[in-house]
Amino acid sequence: MNVAVCVKQIPDPAGELSLTPDSHTLVREGKLMMDDSDAYGVEMALQLVEAAGGGDVVLMSMAPNGETSGLRTALAMGAERAVLVSDPALAGSDALGTAKVLAAVVKRVEPDLVLAATESTDGYTGTMPVQLAELLGWPSVSFAKQVSVAGGAVNVRRQTEAGYDEVTCPLPAVVTVTAGVVEPRYPSFKGIMAARSKSVEQLSVSDLGIEGSQVGATGARQEVVSVQQADERQAGEIVVDEGDAHERILAFLEQVKVL
Amino acid sequence: MDKVWVLAEQSAGSPSAIALELLSKARDLAQQVEAITYGAGGQLAAATLGEYGATKVFDAGDLGDSLPGPKLAAAIAALAASEGAPGAILVGMTYDGRDVAARLSARLDRPLLTNVVGLAKEDDSLVTEHAIFGATKVLKARFTGEGPGIFVVRAKSFAAEPSSSGVPETAALDLPDAGATDAAKVKGRHAEEREGPALDEAPVVVSGGRGLGSAENYALIEELAKLLKGAAGASRAIVDAGWVPYSHQVGQTGKTVKPTVYIACGISGATQHMVGMKGAKNIVAINKDQDAPIFSIADLGVVGDVHKVLPKLIEAVKSRS
Repeated sequence: MNVAVCVKQIPDPAGELSLTPDSHTLVREGKLMMDDSDAYGVEMALQLVEAAGGGDVVLMSMAPNGETSGLRTALAMGAERAVLVSDPALAGSDALGTAKVLAAVVKRVEPDLVLAATESTDGYTGTMPVQLAELLGWPSVSFAKQVSVAGGAVNVRRQTEAGYDEVTCPLPAVVTVTAGVVEPRYPSFKGIMAARSKSVEQLSVSDLGIEGSQVGATGARQEVVSVQQADERQAGEIVVDEGDAHERILAFLEQVKVL
Repeated sequence: MDKVWVLAEQSAGSPSAIALELLSKARDLAQQVEAITYGAGGQLAAATLGEYGATKVFDAGDLGDSLPGPKLAAAIAALAASEGAPGAILVGMTYDGRDVAARLSARLDRPLLTNVVGLAKEDDSLVTEHAIFGATKVLKARFTGEGPGIFVVRAKSFAAEPSSSGVPETAALDLPDAGATDAAKVKGRHAEEREGPALDEAPVVVSGGRGLGSAENYALIEELAKLLKGAAGASRAIVDAGWVPYSHQVGQTGKTVKPTVYIACGISGATQHMVGMKGAKNIVAINKDQDAPIFSIADLGVVGDVHKVLPKLIEAVKSRS
């Protein structure tokens, strides 16, 4: 069984994030890293392929400047190879534009299953994988908290408002996984060394037969009107606990009438 | 804008809170507000949807063992073709709402804007608000192409207010065959047991984070929440670590809560968490790191050890009643 995993390479979320002054899109020029949220999909894919007794885990990514550092992390975890779409025409792409690009990649890779995070850490639109499924004409199961594959179908525990649903879905399919679905492994030294020589196929938009107008800022058909400072909440009173802070909290709860 | 559609989720005849929030907002945006609902009880829900502003309710009925995304997206696309597309389609940022919006976006080839927390008419176009960078900045955006625009809105962004409008017209919504996209089938539904109020409706939310030290200590959070007749929440860190189920998560990826009091215990205040609780009326934070970002938004900040403060607080609340 072959599993493709969507891997987003993002600016360090713990670092200083900024928007470009003209288009107000996230600055992605510096070094990028694998979105932590994607580690769960990569780990899930590795475990599913192993359980199936063979197959490849292929990474799919879209990033500027031929960026591969995040992909190397996922390759070091054990993925076989990666396909990276990098093209100046993609700057400013929205979720639907990204889904169009990845749909073209899926048609080349022909996986049995596509895994993705429920949303990225930087843009958190949270719709790309299901848009991808619709473009491919595939079924999808979002918010998976448990995943297994048997008899040509994927079985998923899907998070719901009330609890969870047991969902069965024939392959090929797109499944989005929540954090905590599996415990991602840390790349071993051997894995890191091996990742250096693994294949990262680089493609442009025209390689995929996609019209430039369908993607990038033009294809996104949306614009940022303004970015302003939010109303700041003011910090209130800070007390250092000297064994009696609970009394202060109790008084506060009484003051706001929840006690 | 002549017409706005609202995807109105309901359960056994009761519309979800966000459905009523969206309808209330939609009244500001257009004369004609139409709701699209589904699931057993849609007919029953129609009256309440009308009360909150729906002039017409399209009911797709029970979806059986299908997931809502494929069939509803196909049905709404077909409705847009037969009835004329609305200026905007409002969808809640829920598990099912996201799926419907995503598939509809691909079907209609229209972009969508998600994580919407504000929506206003400006010169004939709709301008959205989004809280970014841990809600330190507000970004406004709009669509530039042809409509309908698809807006996916976070819970509690708008107040739900009944209107004086009458009984809505109702119509059955045909569900077209969604082919292979509809191949995922629900084999069983499980409701997690819950004591006390729902996390996103509770007047008091007590949340725990990594500072609790271990999964066992989450019992302190649950005990205090119960004593305060509130709900127990969690940061993403301890949900990822498997200490508590995802359904407790407060934040960007979890629930948005706006309780009277939010008590953050051992939570440093990652931006992803703050987005989900910054709207609380009052915030109490207990953390041993005095530089924790959570203190910058807390009305009462206690620099201290949750393992010491929480048991004493629990005892104090107990002895009070």
